[in-house]
Amino acid sequence: MPGVLNRKLLRELWQLKGQMLSIALVVATGIMTVITMRGSYDTLVEAQQNYYRDSRFADIWAPLKRAPDTLVSRIAALAGVAAVDTRVTFFATLDLEGLDAPAQGQFVSLPVNGRPVLNDIRIRSGRYLSGAGDEVLISENFAMARQLSPGDTLRAIINGRSRELDIVGIAISPEHTYAVPPGALYPDDERYGVLWMSRDVLGPAYDMDGAFNEVTLSLAVDANPRQVIAELNQLLDPYGGLGAYARENQPSHIILQAELDQNRIMGTAIPIVFLAVAAFLLNLVLSRLISTQRTEIAVLKAFGFRTDEVGWHYLMYALVAVAVGTLLGTLLGLLLGDAYIGMYGKYFDFPNLHYQLKPGLLLMATGISVFAATAGALTAVRRAVAMPPAEAMRPEPPARFRAGWLERMQIASLLPSSMRMILRNIQRKPIHSLLSSVGIAFSVAILVVGMFMLDGVVFMMEQQFSRIQREDLMLTFNESRDDAIYYDLRQLEGVTRVEMYRVVPARLRAGHRQREVSIQGMLPDGRLRRIVASSGETYPLPAQGLVISQRLAQKLDLTRGDSVAIEILEGRRVARHDLIVSGVVKDFMGLSVYMNQDALAQLVQGPKLASGAYLSVDADARAEINRHLKNLPAVAGVTSPAVMLENFESQLADSLYIGISFLVGFASVIAVGVIYNGARISLSERGRELASLRVMGFRRGETARLLLGEQAILTLLAIPLGWLIGYGLSYAVAASLQNDVYRVPFTISSRTYFLSALITLLAAVASALIVRHRVDQLDLIAVLKTRE
Amino acid sequence: MGEVTVHALRNVDIDLYAGELLVLLGASGSGKSTLLNILGGLDVASSGSLYYHDLCLHTLDSDGLTEYRRAHVGFVFQFYNLIPSLTARENVKLVTDIAKDPMPADEALQLVGLGDRLDHFPSQMSGGEQQRVAIARGVAKRPNVLLCDEPTGALDAQTGKLVLSVLDRVNRETGTTTAIITHNAAIGMLGDTVVHMSSGEIVERTVNSSRASIQDIEW
Repeated sequence: MPGVLNRKLLRELWQLKGQMLSIALVVATGIMTVITMRGSYDTLVEAQQNYYRDSRFADIWAPLKRAPDTLVSRIAALAGVAAVDTRVTFFATLDLEGLDAPAQGQFVSLPVNGRPVLNDIRIRSGRYLSGAGDEVLISENFAMARQLSPGDTLRAIINGRSRELDIVGIAISPEHTYAVPPGALYPDDERYGVLWMSRDVLGPAYDMDGAFNEVTLSLAVDANPRQVIAELNQLLDPYGGLGAYARENQPSHIILQAELDQNRIMGTAIPIVFLAVAAFLLNLVLSRLISTQRTEIAVLKAFGFRTDEVGWHYLMYALVAVAVGTLLGTLLGLLLGDAYIGMYGKYFDFPNLHYQLKPGLLLMATGISVFAATAGALTAVRRAVAMPPAEAMRPEPPARFRAGWLERMQIASLLPSSMRMILRNIQRKPIHSLLSSVGIAFSVAILVVGMFMLDGVVFMMEQQFSRIQREDLMLTFNESRDDAIYYDLRQLEGVTRVEMYRVVPARLRAGHRQREVSIQGMLPDGRLRRIVASSGETYPLPAQGLVISQRLAQKLDLTRGDSVAIEILEGRRVARHDLIVSGVVKDFMGLSVYMNQDALAQLVQGPKLASGAYLSVDADARAEINRHLKNLPAVAGVTSPAVMLENFESQLADSLYIGISFLVGFASVIAVGVIYNGARISLSERGRELASLRVMGFRRGETARLLLGEQAILTLLAIPLGWLIGYGLSYAVAASLQNDVYRVPFTISSRTYFLSALITLLAAVASALIVRHRVDQLDLIAVLKTRE
Repeated sequence: MGEVTVHALRNVDIDLYAGELLVLLGASGSGKSTLLNILGGLDVASSGSLYYHDLCLHTLDSDGLTEYRRAHVGFVFQFYNLIPSLTARENVKLVTDIAKDPMPADEALQLVGLGDRLDHFPSQMSGGEQQRVAIARGVAKRPNVLLCDEPTGALDAQTGKLVLSVLDRVNRETGTTTAIITHNAAIGMLGDTVVHMSSGEIVERTVNSSRASIQDIEW
């Protein structure tokens, strides 16, 4: 390309810097979301896979009551088993200073000679166990939350006796990437930690000398997991087997996988929306921009420049904007990706978790932007170069207007002239106008989706912690207890209500489908826990039969009135029964199975026992009650819905609010990109018309209103359209956020609609103010002489 | 290269009288457009003073000049500058909407002989018709001063004559002080006063004893 053309390009780019920058920002936003979200997902998946491999993460877990070490050789002999490891694991209360609720620890045994065969831990600081005294390793997140480090001590109630433990190291484990206390939904690192101790110490303390209460397996490549689990269950049955489960049912893995799945969906869907919008904007803006250069193109062609030279020249406008946008987007994406991964690192305890950009991803994102820019520029350039030079150089005849729907509907005569001008301009370029409106609508839609997610999650959490979990404290017993403990709890000063609950592990089987679940035994007249649907309505507890989550019903292909086979996975042998599904409840957390407590006791054929209790307590007596609970050996853990909600909200403040402020930024970039460019291009197309009005005595405000009125109408039309698109996108997002751990409900609050419109309007006003400044500076004298 | 100060206008002293038709004659670059811009409140002289009755135009800021144009000045442009999205009637109405005591848009268009083209858009009219709409737009707000910048510059002779005859008639019938800029000396015969400009100065000022009729003009 000749040097002078390059100089023309540079000068004009500088003149159009505002427009070029706004286009580059839209491209940057698209590239940034790809690099941040999809890049984070890739990073997390790779970290997960490496971590699982390096730490020899097990394929199968099987908890049981107690089995002698001699059983190991028989387990190892099962077909398909590659490696076997056994251990002793218990929950116990931790005695920590300055906590309003007792803390809980999961104790897991480690071999003193060498490392575990499976589920190896990784030492983050300090050292591994030496086998001496009461040495303990603690999980990293717990250590950080409690500000504990090697050399500190910690008191725990182990099998009813308070013991002082010496912390020798801080560790992480793939089993506890996501450390959730039993019965809770979110990590509570202040009050829940994993503690590893020597098998030689933990075994005798829990009467497990020469025995174990959990076995883990890894499988051979060609193994059939279902068959191994079945045979293992059979083998463990005489030893109080509680039901083996595969990795896909391992609690930390389930949550991690759900998070990763969500990440993958968001990491794909959001960047696609952004890149699509960026592509669309590039196309729109560049084609209009180049249309205003009609005369220049004709002159170049008249001088003998070839069509491809002219085309390339104008394509460069697009490519410069894309290059600036890509550079900016990549830099921001890397920074954000790093921050995003840092945020995940707080919840997922991965070693070596560092954001890594795959060049292919960057290439793909850039490719899409370049393609969009090229397509946009080329359509306009092709239109411009197709015209014979002589015709293109002739002054353009007055823009063609003719009577349209405005006249046919007889509205025109009712409107002031200024409004007629605005409406006729829209009417004259219906496609451009529509596309601009769609562009602005995307800004509204993105805000609707972002805020809908907040609405959904907040609604879900409030339902969970205020409507469903109405107790002040939830106690978990270290083993099933009889009614005696009810009276102990009832007598505690400040306890106003005690409701016992029972949880029994079971397998539901319907045809070839099966699923391990916990059956929750409910009190028919319970007030602290009821069956609550996502709509907020309570569901009556039937005297017989099961009430199950809709999600579980779908998984097992069950409907109300169907019969389902149940295997109780507790006690000496597996008991099988057939029960009726009395109800299916649409809820949004977990895969729940509810049953009348008395009916459940009959089913298990044992004495009426409880796995824990829900308490209502006087607020003043909280501290005193906690002190008592800490000293009750039967109580393995205490959780408080209020504390859980607090935890959740602080996490929400971390992640969702940050995410939403970014969405606000993105939406503004899009709105400004469309509105500012639209107004600037209109100004260049209609500058002479507007300057004429100024000459004839129109005030600056009146003139600006004529120009900006068009953008205002397009923005107003965009809002309902954006709500509609946002509604559709939210529906799709809600559908993708349905997993076994949680189901985000599809509700969009009126606040979301209001705010999405407001933010877009503010961006529109900001764009208008910038352009208005240009209207004020129209050259009034030039208009008398020159034609465009 | 040092900066060179170029005076667009020098030693200009001119009076416009109510109701008169003034023709400003001069070649390209003679300063006639600059003079018109200053008279019309589009530009301010770097020195000197200009009064519209008692209003000192040289002291007004940009908003003050806008109000002056809005209340007192009508413009006719060389290239018409009609609003393409408005019909003939609406183009006129656009201006009468912001005027204090305008004539009805239809009447203004009758005055320029376009009573039958009221609902046509600019793209549906010839150049002469468009310029007559522009004249109707210029006079409809009953301005005290009508400034016309090469009103026939883009038209052929026949159409140009028609447009001039309209300007002549409007001046006679409404008594609007009218200034026409042109480089066409023949048009000078139409005016009460003819001012010749060259190199930014008024070189000659002629007062015609009687205004010629359009039919007598040859160009």
